[in-house]
Amino acid sequence: MIPGRGNMSRGSRNSLPNIKKERALEPTLKLRARMIQAIRAFFEANGYLHVETPCLIPAPAPEAHIDAIRAGDLYLQPSPELCMKRLLAAGFSRIFQISKCFRDKERGTLHLPEFTMLEWYRTGIDYTVLMEECQDLFLFVCESLHLQEPVCYGGRDIDFRPPWERLSVEDAFKSLASIPLKEALEKDLFEEVMVAEIEPHLGWGKPTFLFDYPASMAALARLRKDNRAVAERFEIYVGGLELANGFSELNDAEEQRTRFEEERRKRAASQRPVYPVPEKFLDALPSMPDAAGIALGIDRLAMILTDATSIDQVVAFVPETL
Amino acid sequence: MYNASDLKKGLKIEIDNDPYIVTDFQFSKPGKGQALYRCKLKNMITGVIISPTYRSGDSFQKADLSERKMQYLYNQDDEFWFMDLENYEQTALTSAQVSDAKDYMTDNLEVDILFFGDKPIGITLPYFVDLIVQKADPWAKGDSVAGDTKPVTLETGYVLRVPPFIEEGEKLTIDTRSGEYVTRVKE
Repeated sequence: MIPGRGNMSRGSRNSLPNIKKERALEPTLKLRARMIQAIRAFFEANGYLHVETPCLIPAPAPEAHIDAIRAGDLYLQPSPELCMKRLLAAGFSRIFQISKCFRDKERGTLHLPEFTMLEWYRTGIDYTVLMEECQDLFLFVCESLHLQEPVCYGGRDIDFRPPWERLSVEDAFKSLASIPLKEALEKDLFEEVMVAEIEPHLGWGKPTFLFDYPASMAALARLRKDNRAVAERFEIYVGGLELANGFSELNDAEEQRTRFEEERRKRAASQRPVYPVPEKFLDALPSMPDAAGIALGIDRLAMILTDATSIDQVVAFVPETL
Repeated sequence: MYNASDLKKGLKIEIDNDPYIVTDFQFSKPGKGQALYRCKLKNMITGVIISPTYRSGDSFQKADLSERKMQYLYNQDDEFWFMDLENYEQTALTSAQVSDAKDYMTDNLEVDILFFGDKPIGITLPYFVDLIVQKADPWAKGDSVAGDTKPVTLETGYVLRVPPFIEEGEKLTIDTRSGEYVTRVKE
């Protein structure tokens, strides 16, 4: 406990700005802290090393739709992905990190330009094993927090016990969308259909793994050997919220360079800043064993566990009130 | 020019030569995909609501809106006429455009008229106006318990409930946002 901070009066607590009045900040921040403790305990129990990689980086991954925030001659990391994979290449086999990530112009009920991300990477597995591990993690966190099973979110019960629902992107379009996946891609309407017709229905009852994304939507993922049209990539949805994005990692440096060039070309075409090619990452990639890795939004997980409708409700401060 | 990332509630933009106000706005970004800006926009002339989805590259013209302080002159047929106090220019709104505001309008009232380009499209009243009671039932003492109200008719024809002691000929302050009685004006 920090001296002098132990006994916050009711008055000083209530004077914290930006918190929606109808929600109590203290129980939310306490649950959030316990949630992070449980996550750390899970990874430590499973042989993972907690690593810290720099927030200031010279070359963010050149992805078409993720904008980094400049900081002098460097960038604030949009994700620790490239540094963590360099650690895999250096011989680490199980690593995790909880860090702040930064993405320019992302602000909404589910987005903050500065947010907290859990990323973990493990060698020797592919995305299907990673999905199993996700189930274990969520169950461990719920049990550690003594949360009632099932968790209630948005007035509906969500049962985190495995097995979760598995739905391929193609099947999701077949069963939920007004047009098939092929047509959505041809007409460049993938995101519009996903947001309006598919996402709201995912992850109710049980969490949903939405998997096998179109190859064009996975700049850093391995393609399926038996179907080069899709990448070994999945997203976790709970209560209509996208919580995590994981995949089998691409470790073919030549293919990765080609993909980066393609993403940089897309950025240039849409008049976005084009970042330097992350050469040191590409140099290390041939040494990286087969692996899978995933990024999970800590703020959104806290939203689910506190039944929050806005990301603003699970953080102490938002940009508008600083 | 506005970009999609400038969109927020209350922003006024021009689409197909009409002014629109953003009434609802949601930022989405599925997976590693495009950022989408899902909006509800209200046409500021017709009131029609549309729900477009924009992408980060989209841009918009700012709606050319301005407000001018004007004085209410009179109404004739379906038109309400106002005069600019600086240059004496006159302009008219339809009764549909004036809508409920006519309940509070007496001759010479100063109001703000909203223009889209040079076309008048709306009216903003002062928060408080003073109006004379034209018709009120007499207050029979003992008839009613404290806290009761009674209906009265104001000089504009507007009927509202007021405390029972209000009498014909008195001037009342009315809150134009709620349409409710505020106080008696002592003269």
